[in-house]
Amino acid sequence: MLSKNSSQPALNEDWRAGGFGIYIHWPYCEAKCPYCDFNSHVTRSIDHDAWRAAYREELQKLHEEAPGRILNSVFFGGGTPSLMEPDTVATMIEQIKTLWPIANDLEVTLEANPSSVEAERFRDFRCAGINRVSMGIQALNDTDLKRLGRRHTKTEALRAFDIARDTFDRVSFDLIYGRQDQALEDWRVELSEALSLTVDHLSLYQLTIEPGTAFGDRYNAGKLRGLPSDDLGADLYELTQDLCGEAGLPAYEVSNHAKDGAQSRHNLIYWRYGDYGGIGPGAHSRLTLNGQRHAIEHALMPGPWLNGRREDTRSILSDREQAQELVMMSLRLKQGMDLARFEALNGRSFDTATLKHLCDLGMISFDGGRLSVSKQGFSVLNAILAELLNF
Amino acid sequence: MTPLSHIRNFSIVAHIDHGKSTLADRLIQSTNTVADRDMKEQLLDAMDIERERGITIKANTVRIDYTAEDGEKYVLNLIDTPGHVDFAYEVSRSMRAVEGSLLVVDSTQGVEAQTLANVYQAIDADHEIVPVFNKIDLPASDIDRVAEQVEDVIGIDASGAIPVSAKTGQGIHETLEAIVQHLPAPAGDPDAPLKAMLVDSWYDAYLGVIVLVRIMDGQLKKGDKIKFLSNGTTHHVDRIGVFRPKMEHIDALGPGEIGFLTASIKQVRDTRVGDTITHERKEVAALPGFKPAQPVVFCGLFPVDSAQFEDLRDAIDKLALNDASFSYEMETSAALGFGFRCGFLGLLHLEVIRDRIEREYDIELITTAPSVVYHVYMKDGTMIELHNPADMPDLTHVDHLEEPRIKATILVPDEYLGDVLKLCQDRRGIQQDLTYAGSRAMAVYDLPLNEVVFDFYDRLKSVTKGYASFDYQLTGYRQDNLVKMQVLVNDEPVDALSMMVHRDRAEQRGRAMCEKLKDLIPRHMFKIPIQAAIGGKVIARETLSALRKDVTAKCYGGDATRKRKLLDKQKAGKKKMRQFGKVDIPQEAFISALKMDG
Repeated sequence: MLSKNSSQPALNEDWRAGGFGIYIHWPYCEAKCPYCDFNSHVTRSIDHDAWRAAYREELQKLHEEAPGRILNSVFFGGGTPSLMEPDTVATMIEQIKTLWPIANDLEVTLEANPSSVEAERFRDFRCAGINRVSMGIQALNDTDLKRLGRRHTKTEALRAFDIARDTFDRVSFDLIYGRQDQALEDWRVELSEALSLTVDHLSLYQLTIEPGTAFGDRYNAGKLRGLPSDDLGADLYELTQDLCGEAGLPAYEVSNHAKDGAQSRHNLIYWRYGDYGGIGPGAHSRLTLNGQRHAIEHALMPGPWLNGRREDTRSILSDREQAQELVMMSLRLKQGMDLARFEALNGRSFDTATLKHLCDLGMISFDGGRLSVSKQGFSVLNAILAELLNF
Repeated sequence: MTPLSHIRNFSIVAHIDHGKSTLADRLIQSTNTVADRDMKEQLLDAMDIERERGITIKANTVRIDYTAEDGEKYVLNLIDTPGHVDFAYEVSRSMRAVEGSLLVVDSTQGVEAQTLANVYQAIDADHEIVPVFNKIDLPASDIDRVAEQVEDVIGIDASGAIPVSAKTGQGIHETLEAIVQHLPAPAGDPDAPLKAMLVDSWYDAYLGVIVLVRIMDGQLKKGDKIKFLSNGTTHHVDRIGVFRPKMEHIDALGPGEIGFLTASIKQVRDTRVGDTITHERKEVAALPGFKPAQPVVFCGLFPVDSAQFEDLRDAIDKLALNDASFSYEMETSAALGFGFRCGFLGLLHLEVIRDRIEREYDIELITTAPSVVYHVYMKDGTMIELHNPADMPDLTHVDHLEEPRIKATILVPDEYLGDVLKLCQDRRGIQQDLTYAGSRAMAVYDLPLNEVVFDFYDRLKSVTKGYASFDYQLTGYRQDNLVKMQVLVNDEPVDALSMMVHRDRAEQRGRAMCEKLKDLIPRHMFKIPIQAAIGGKVIARETLSALRKDVTAKCYGGDATRKRKLLDKQKAGKKKMRQFGKVDIPQEAFISALKMDG
């Protein structure tokens, strides 16, 4: 079923190659983790009714702007959205299903912490319409969990994972590696254990020290010791690729691994540079409206957002900016990027000498009209992007 | 006009940081020359760079009215001179315009190398010298020791030395009295034809060239037609004045006085420092004059953003208007594009000019390796002055090379002497003298200028924890076994990194350079060989291994904007790099690569 817009060929409908999803941002956590630079806040009391009303209002507004498209995915992210009232989640999913035509395989993901308290509510979330959870397990040893500021233990996390497995169709979890004092062998053991669990999707992130975080401050003060060198970081990345590949969970994106068919459809919308409507404090949108791609950002702080200061900035992306974003996002995928799509946006193709240089170095390859980054290239993707985007 | 008997003209000589500018501030302040509300630190150092670095670059002058204890009113003219060796030339000409000097010595430090260099210039100019021992408020002050040093090392009588604290004001009154009582009044004939010395000149955007003059004989009045003896040009004087230290207009200057004139002169180059000024149609004997300052250090200045070349040309033209000692010509580098090859009096002069271009004209610069002027003797008997190693002629036509040498004087506490001697040996120095004054040693070395020009002073400071002082003068040229060393990055020669080295040092320098570059060049997606070579022969090699990890771990919908901006920022950062084939070299590499740690 196609929307009315598709009958207007003059308009730029590039987003269709990626699909359409809705992202809902829940900005609260029980505690702030020292590595996290996401828009998350700790608060004493939450007015759940007010939040529910605000989200409903925003969904309505989003529908007014972007009606009629087939919805592929809904994602509750945060913060810690497993701290939301399951009721709120249920109401929103219900509302979404009345507002947009729904794809047959609609994915509805909730990010969850693997604590026993939250695990108790998994059943309610399932009833609310969640069919996939992404759990922030982060480490499978208690020392490192403590260092990462996590409030759960390994045992608790594994129990929560089992409950999730029994409750939801699809479960993924996150691990952070490249931690302080983590040797290559430590990671081999830990990742192997993770892969031995019945899991079909893993997000494996190298620890990144972000400015403005507790780790960032400690790093700047010279007090965050034992971080891996670049070479060890590269070795850790390669080991991760090898182990996951052997276990049948190859990387489909820089940091994401899945069995075939178990990829995160929501995140694929970002990486295939589709359209997405973001709702909640600090949420971002890319919405193609009347042939123009709008970049929308919501106000960052939960208080003002709840009190009505919702949309903060809106700009219309030029074709060149869209082309840039397409390259940045889609080259993160193993399947790479459709060159015709890039050329249509950019108005011209890449610099031939640059492509040849990168090809000679074994960083990129071409296949069936697609440009993709090699396994070796993924670990230096930023450098490749800088070259490709004509710098 | 002030009677000659009531004028005292003087300068202050001191080592850097011994408190010269503070003393000048106090003299100005205690005589109410400047209202308290206008008082700021280092009054005479007008340029930002002067204040920041705590150094005086241009000579400055101030006229102070002082009623002495004898009840008479005196006019005291102070010419403040630069303390740094690069500007020794400014010092020498300022000295000729005055009759006496205050010798300021920090009583916690003692005599230093620049104290020596500058006081000898004062003695050469036949100055009467009053020693002033400053910083007596500090616990480490040791007046007796300093007095002994002044007598032993410099050889002047220190019995009349005045203990001063420029900080607290103690001894300032005594200093003013000593100026009146011990320094000679100038000589001169008010009725003779005008004879004035052109002491200095600089460009002012509103007034044109301002000429600092010392009247020797006769009188200079507003409206006079004057003549510069050196080139016979005549000018109509439209303003006359003195500095207090702000400009103050007066009607006439008489013999012994120091002041300024303006005469609608457009370029500093039209005024020759040391020139003799008289009235039109008058004949006077010329003053001895000074020989023009010669640039001794050369380097290339290139805009980081090649689109700024014309802006750079404009900035350099403007700076040269005001600084006749700075020379420049256009230069083209395969690596760096269009820029200028500039000559400077020394490294500090280079840094000052570079800072001013970057700051006042907002142009980011790549500075190439400083080089001295080599004399290249060709087989056909001709001699070429080589300012840029990239221009080194084909060796088959070269007979031999000569390099400039200096006489360096270093004063150092004896516990650091060993390190200093080693440093001088490492830099191909030949010891000429080694004497002691108390626990301080004075080493005199004959050194090649090119070994000193780059980071000698930094190294000296670092091996002596800042306790050594250093001064030098050029002595002449000498033949030596010099070769041009090239640097190849990813097999491509980088002309801006080529340098002249002594053959015996080439391997060591080449190795150090390759190691440095290995740290300075960021990793690329491929490995990069870095080589130093003489002719076709590689003498040192390092390999910069390939970049292995540079990837953003998380990138979702909320990150697209941020990531795009990050790439834009990276693009701006990349502008600061220069591309050589497929390799990007950061601009600071061109200077940092040359610094030697050992």
